[in-house]
Amino acid sequence: MENVIRLAPPLNDEIVATLKAGDRVLISGTIYTGRDAAHKRLVELLDRGEKLPIPIRGEIIFFVGPTPPPPGRAIGAAGPTTSYRMDPYSPRLLAEGLKGMIGKGARNQEVREAICRYKGVYFAAVGGCGALLSQRIKEAEVVAYDDLGPEAIRRLRVEDFPVVVVNDIYGGDLYEIGVSRYRKS
Amino acid sequence: MALAGLFFNGWEVPMREIDVTRISDVVARLCMEANYYLGEDMLAAIDRAAAGEESPTGRGILEQLKENAAIAARDRMPICQDTGLAVVFVEVGQEVVLTGGDLETAINAGVRRGYEEGYLRKSTCHPFTRANCGDNTPAIIHYRLVSGDGLRIIVAPKGGGSENMSKVVMLKPADGIAEVKRQVVEWVKQAGGNPCPPTTVGVGIGGNFERSAILAKEALLREVGSPNPDPELQALEDELLEEINKLGLGPQGLGGRTTSFAVHVKMQPCHIASLPVAINIQCHAARHKEATL
Repeated sequence: MENVIRLAPPLNDEIVATLKAGDRVLISGTIYTGRDAAHKRLVELLDRGEKLPIPIRGEIIFFVGPTPPPPGRAIGAAGPTTSYRMDPYSPRLLAEGLKGMIGKGARNQEVREAICRYKGVYFAAVGGCGALLSQRIKEAEVVAYDDLGPEAIRRLRVEDFPVVVVNDIYGGDLYEIGVSRYRKS
Repeated sequence: MALAGLFFNGWEVPMREIDVTRISDVVARLCMEANYYLGEDMLAAIDRAAAGEESPTGRGILEQLKENAAIAARDRMPICQDTGLAVVFVEVGQEVVLTGGDLETAINAGVRRGYEEGYLRKSTCHPFTRANCGDNTPAIIHYRLVSGDGLRIIVAPKGGGSENMSKVVMLKPADGIAEVKRQVVEWVKQAGGNPCPPTTVGVGIGGNFERSAILAKEALLREVGSPNPDPELQALEDELLEEINKLGLGPQGLGGRTTSFAVHVKMQPCHIASLPVAINIQCHAARHKEATL
């Protein structure tokens, strides 16, 4: 197995510049959750010129709506949700300083361009591995939009959370690279 | 179980009584079991795929799926955080009398309890405001009246990611089987990594607009790897699977040989003017559990 890169948010331009599509990464530290409804609210706040309920400069947002924590656990199953639904919102958050996103599935052209322009990174985690990924999440706390239930924004403390770089600042896209290698015409 | 007398044209017809609270209990249990325990057919399909997967990344992902399933079963933790809309298929024997309340309320009560007690995610919401309904109801219920005095319940939680990668297309009769094949393969290609491959592709052909969609969904309930009872459809499934796995999408769409574990086709006659085709994609967390009362 190739070398694994260890990252601890917050990220900056220099760190992000070292990442290339296909790199395996283990993230440790604080990340935030957010999916459809939370993204809509964050961008609405920005549109009104208001302050966001979480810091996003240098941070990583994990597109996830976890299951409720069973007794004695920090969180329930917590794998990535499909990312294209966040495409309408991600460029705006990247422009505000967001550095990383964790999800699954390809992003649109606008997001890929925003990743290059604002120096961000899009990671994929393995979708449908909610029980496995849950073990790498040590703490979870709702920090905004409690009324959204599973879609509330949570602050997570993760240890060795496994992801792979899909979109880097150089325009690399692991979905394109990987599929072209195995396609049979 | 009690037998109630029902008189029909002077004849006493024995009817079997089933209290709907039993149905609630069973639905609650099935919601939890379906979300914690991946079926043996899926575990075997993952093993077969791992043995034939050329991509090291793909093999790594397939290994993680096995590990994830083992952790989920051990800890009674959902396989996937998207514990789905509760899709419930109910086959009610026509010699059954339901007592103690109405069936639909009982099924939804079971879903509500299963999702709450089982620490499952509540994923139903208002289509526009997106306000969460808070209890994962209403379930999506499909009823069928069948012969006999049994009652069969299948609970098939279905995640949103793969369900979003579904469609119904009303083809022209002139399009024929060639266009049906093209539609399926092209659609799987477009879906890419979104529906969490390796997938099972449910295809419903014929009927009408809504029937084709239900056929596609029912096709997903078949054991993965089991033969289609119709040899003609089996040949179609084999051909589609081969074409889909040439796409190179692979596990999670990151490249590889295993884009789909299987293609399942159900077909029935349609209108002379129509050729309806529905495609319903199932992620690798293919969950369904059943019970017969």
